Amino acid sequence: MVAKIQTHRLFNLPLIKMAVRDAILKLSLRKQIKNPVMFTVYIASFFTTGLFIQAFFWRGDASASFIFAVAIWLWLTVLFANFAEAIAEGRGKAQASTLRKSRREIQAKKLAAPSRDAKITLVSAMRLRVGDIVLVEAGDLIPSDGDAIEGIASVNESAITGESAPVIRESGGDRCAVTGGTQVTSDWLIVRVTANPGETFLDHMITLIEGTKRKKTPNELALTILLASLTIIFLLVCATLLPFSTYSTAATGLGKVVTVTVLIALFVCLAPTTIGGLLSAIGIAGMDRMIQANVIAMSSRAIESAGDVNVLILDKTGTVTLGNRQATEFIPAEGVSIETLADAAQLASLADETPEGRSIVVLAKENYKLRGREIKNLGATFIPFTAQTRMSGANLPGRQIRKGAAQAIETYVHQMGGDVSPSVKKSVEMISRQGGTALVVAEDAKVLGVIYLKDVIKGGIRARFAQLRQMGIKTIMVTGDNPLTAAAIAAEAGVDDFLANATPEDKLALIRKLQAQGYLVAMAGDGTNDAPALAQADVALAMNTGTQTAKEAGNLIDLDSNPTKLIEIVEIGKQLLMTRGALTTFSLANGIAEYFAILPAAFSGTYPALNSLNIMRLATPESAILSAVIFNALIIVILIPLALHGVSYRRVSAAILLRTNVFIYGLGGLIVPFFGIKLIDLIIHGLGFG
Amino acid sequence: MTENGTLQIVLYLVIVLALVKPLGWYMAQIYQGTFRPPLLRNLENLTYRICGISPDSEMNWKSYLITMLFFNLIGVIAVYLLQRLQVSLPLNPQTFPNVAPDLAFNTASSFATNTNWQAYAGESTLSYFSQMLGLTVQNFLSAATGICLLLALIRSFVRCETTGLGNFWVDMVRTVYYLFIPLAFVFSLFLVSQGVIQNFKSYEKVNLVQSIHYHDAKQVKELREQIIPMGPVASQIAIKQLGTNGGGFFKANAAHPFENPNALTNFLEMLAILLIPAAFCYTFGLMVGEVRQGRVILIAMLIIFVPLLFVTVTSEQAGNPSLTALHVSPSPIGSLYPGGNMEGKETRFGIVNSAIWASATTASSNGSVNAMHDSFIPIGGLAPLWLMQLGKPVFGGVGSGLSSMLIFVILTVFVAGLMVGRTPEYLGKKIEPFEMKMASFIVLVMPLVVLTMTAAAVVLEAGKSALGNPGAHGFSEILYAFTSLTNNNGSAFAGLNANTPFYNILGGIAMLIGRYWIAIPTLAIAGSLAKKKCIPSGVGTLPTNNLLFIILLISVVVIVGALTFLPALALGPIVEQLMLWNHYGS
Repeated sequence: MVAKIQTHRLFNLPLIKMAVRDAILKLSLRKQIKNPVMFTVYIASFFTTGLFIQAFFWRGDASASFIFAVAIWLWLTVLFANFAEAIAEGRGKAQASTLRKSRREIQAKKLAAPSRDAKITLVSAMRLRVGDIVLVEAGDLIPSDGDAIEGIASVNESAITGESAPVIRESGGDRCAVTGGTQVTSDWLIVRVTANPGETFLDHMITLIEGTKRKKTPNELALTILLASLTIIFLLVCATLLPFSTYSTAATGLGKVVTVTVLIALFVCLAPTTIGGLLSAIGIAGMDRMIQANVIAMSSRAIESAGDVNVLILDKTGTVTLGNRQATEFIPAEGVSIETLADAAQLASLADETPEGRSIVVLAKENYKLRGREIKNLGATFIPFTAQTRMSGANLPGRQIRKGAAQAIETYVHQMGGDVSPSVKKSVEMISRQGGTALVVAEDAKVLGVIYLKDVIKGGIRARFAQLRQMGIKTIMVTGDNPLTAAAIAAEAGVDDFLANATPEDKLALIRKLQAQGYLVAMAGDGTNDAPALAQADVALAMNTGTQTAKEAGNLIDLDSNPTKLIEIVEIGKQLLMTRGALTTFSLANGIAEYFAILPAAFSGTYPALNSLNIMRLATPESAILSAVIFNALIIVILIPLALHGVSYRRVSAAILLRTNVFIYGLGGLIVPFFGIKLIDLIIHGLGFG
Repeated sequence: MTENGTLQIVLYLVIVLALVKPLGWYMAQIYQGTFRPPLLRNLENLTYRICGISPDSEMNWKSYLITMLFFNLIGVIAVYLLQRLQVSLPLNPQTFPNVAPDLAFNTASSFATNTNWQAYAGESTLSYFSQMLGLTVQNFLSAATGICLLLALIRSFVRCETTGLGNFWVDMVRTVYYLFIPLAFVFSLFLVSQGVIQNFKSYEKVNLVQSIHYHDAKQVKELREQIIPMGPVASQIAIKQLGTNGGGFFKANAAHPFENPNALTNFLEMLAILLIPAAFCYTFGLMVGEVRQGRVILIAMLIIFVPLLFVTVTSEQAGNPSLTALHVSPSPIGSLYPGGNMEGKETRFGIVNSAIWASATTASSNGSVNAMHDSFIPIGGLAPLWLMQLGKPVFGGVGSGLSSMLIFVILTVFVAGLMVGRTPEYLGKKIEPFEMKMASFIVLVMPLVVLTMTAAAVVLEAGKSALGNPGAHGFSEILYAFTSLTNNNGSAFAGLNANTPFYNILGGIAMLIGRYWIAIPTLAIAGSLAKKKCIPSGVGTLPTNNLLFIILLISVVVIVGALTFLPALALGPIVEQLMLWNHYGS
């Protein structure tokens, strides 16, 4: 997995070096204008630099050294914000360059017709268009995204998924999708290209990871609007202080009119620079966390919606239960010992490579210490399952062992002259009532007993669903099973609701119904028949192993193809929003302390009585203003790790989350700057400045 | 604080709160159409028939807005013309001349916007005709306009996926017929019974009990007579208090004995100030289907209001340190000596009732006064000033106050919603960029106008020359004036000669912006919310009906108010108070 290649450490030296360089490059007007809050700081930096030059060569409104210090720290404020963004992007850039390597020039074997015997022309992959047919053989890199239309091959998809074990791709069915940049390791495929150059999955992934085309999400936009209007208010507050000060000095005849430098300093402190400077880093980091989880978000909007989801629609198989039914119990017929049954069942399954068969072998081995034997050594022949007999088994010298559905075995033993006892029939009935599958085992004419095959609920899933309920998310299990079976599994897994006998149309109808009720629905899917439902769902997680259609319909793609990941995605979405909220609160609450630092400093010359507001007892007006500006700049750097990691998320109700975050970030935002500014003031004063 | 003072505050708040439920319930019924008083119902139907209004037709936000603006424009023009032509119109026993254009514009804007700022003295400027047909009518209509706006906003939370926000005419007619006319009628009759006048007589000349001697040039003159203004006062005072209008019949407003003769009328008039704004919280709860949502808002309002009320009462009772330094006792002695700061206060009402009135009238954008706020101790005047600067979410004007609070709720929900990791929603409606854009705009407009106009006034000679006091106090006077105007409050700090073309025109503009530039985005939000789906709530939803939300809402209101106005306040009342303390000791 690409994301796993890169280091999980937040900071490392090359990354920091690159981020520092990028932070400086980002000083261009074109980049700065995108962030309204920081843009005002940027302008303010230019302005104070101008004031410094004026003070240095001619007469300034304050001492040149003071203006110089303010100007430097304003530039640093801008740079720190740039640095935060650069470091968030830097992590993606490293990954993107790895990916780019697999997009190198590939020669494609373009076919004139969809047949192996058709004429082959070698063309560059960059010239393939949708609908072109190409041949890929062992050792070839697949030139573009497409659907296999003929053949079967094993494909190494580690370039995309990081998983080195090859996967099977074959024409028809749900495993026909191939991804450009992956490598065929054996056999061959004829592929119909489904993406134009520059629009392939790999291209998409690279742009996403680099964050170059990242658009602001609705929520980010709303926050930007709020922050921008607060910035305008503060700009106004500071600008009007100049006439207010002019009036006041004229009235008292004391002190000087407040300097523009001080007003700019006050403005930058008040403006929500903390959140403004970190906002884009938070968004990029959110995308990055998704990539860490091995999920590719086709839009950053999808991540945000994930936080809002209130219904999860989960396929039973693979999500709620392990992929296949497993043997969990042997129920012998009367007069048969359980060991005999287990032994026979194991013998019948030794050569059975289906997951059910393997689970029978394992159950017998674990519970009855029956070791797997080599079928050749026993002189046995394996009787495979056929649609006609609906049984499988083994013929040993003198013994014919069969296992199969109750009806098939019944027919079989009747032919042999035996019968199925009522107790066995009862067991079979009991098992199907509980949502399981019964396999009956017979040796010659004698029925030995029943194997209980059961859907096995994934470990820990019940607790997971309980947590989701706490978070206010409802889970609905969808299955093709009958309602009885579905209900039994639903109860065992602890899902809130289920849809049994479900067809893809039912699934789509369910999503529509829920959405009409105002719910935001998330689902996972992989098959082509899932595509309509995926397209309808608000958050649609497509499996990477799934079909191209499913992948196109989804807005998130899980490279690990693990549907349970929906839960993780919801959490990442929530964490992203929470980080924004927490830092906004923190940033706004900071303003109060900054007033207490700057107002007395700016106006105590005119009104000495205002010195009473200097509750932090800052040494001099200059050191007070400088301390506030420095604090305001440093807090951005200090909060970069938080912006990148996201605030800690716990699976608890909204009420509890809110209480915790208000306490930490709201109250913290009020109190922290008082100490921070005082500390900086002590240092500045101690060093003999100000 | 004195025992008597505490008792009066408690009594006042208890009675206001006791009336919240019955009146709130009644309002919910009339607006939802579930109960309409019998006789008035016929009148309502008749009105629709005459005016050709089909009461069932719904308006979308744009047509609701245009109807409202058009209706208000007619109000502005009518009041303007009445003043400009009053000489030629009836009921002008004192033959007052036509009002000057700038003052007429200011007054027309003032009464159409529910501000009721008075740059004029009623008893020496306006005819009875202008007062009754112009001002009193606007007292009803401008207040009802505020309620219409709120109703549209409330409906936008309740309704799902629709464009209809109700019908402006229906909301207007029901408010006036079912709410204002019955309440105002009963209240004005009661006021008459207590001595508030109601007549069309010409002003009366009475002989003074004791003649007054004064120096004019080098002569000593004797004054034996006084002219007592008359007029249809009670009918205007009742609605002035109930509709958070505040524009008095007389210059002295509720400090005048003909407007507010005794302690009982004073108490009831104070009650009328907060009555409807407080009750609307309950109406809101009923209309959105969860009473707790309304209760939460009412509690948040009280938590901001009560401490600020206490600040004013205690600082006024503590008295003026400069007088205390001259051995004037600040503490009351017996029942005849009130102590404290009695400057600018009516002896009939005393310190506590002046302070309650000052707080209620500024919180609720009523603006009537029974004491001169200019004479309050700086910190005691700061509380009313800041209550206005919050942007009227604390009770506020009828309708417009709760609307403003709901905008703050949207802001709070946005920030808090992010903190629980969900796109914010309130009452099942998602708060998205459009709502934030409009809400930000609303929050931005008021400080923008207040600060820039104050800045203009303190720099320009036209602004400074009107000041009654120099220095920080003068600054407070100007700041107070523009705060009051832009927030459509109308209370005056006094001390500022506001009847100059500069203040009349600038002030008129401030009032119009303060009202309509907030009404437009508010209705736009309503239009956008109504179109949205209604999302069912769950445990993942941010709860907006608990104590934590109250705290957050208060914090947002207070922090926005503080961050915006702290520097200006520091150069006005805060520094004034600090200087007083530094000089005399606190």
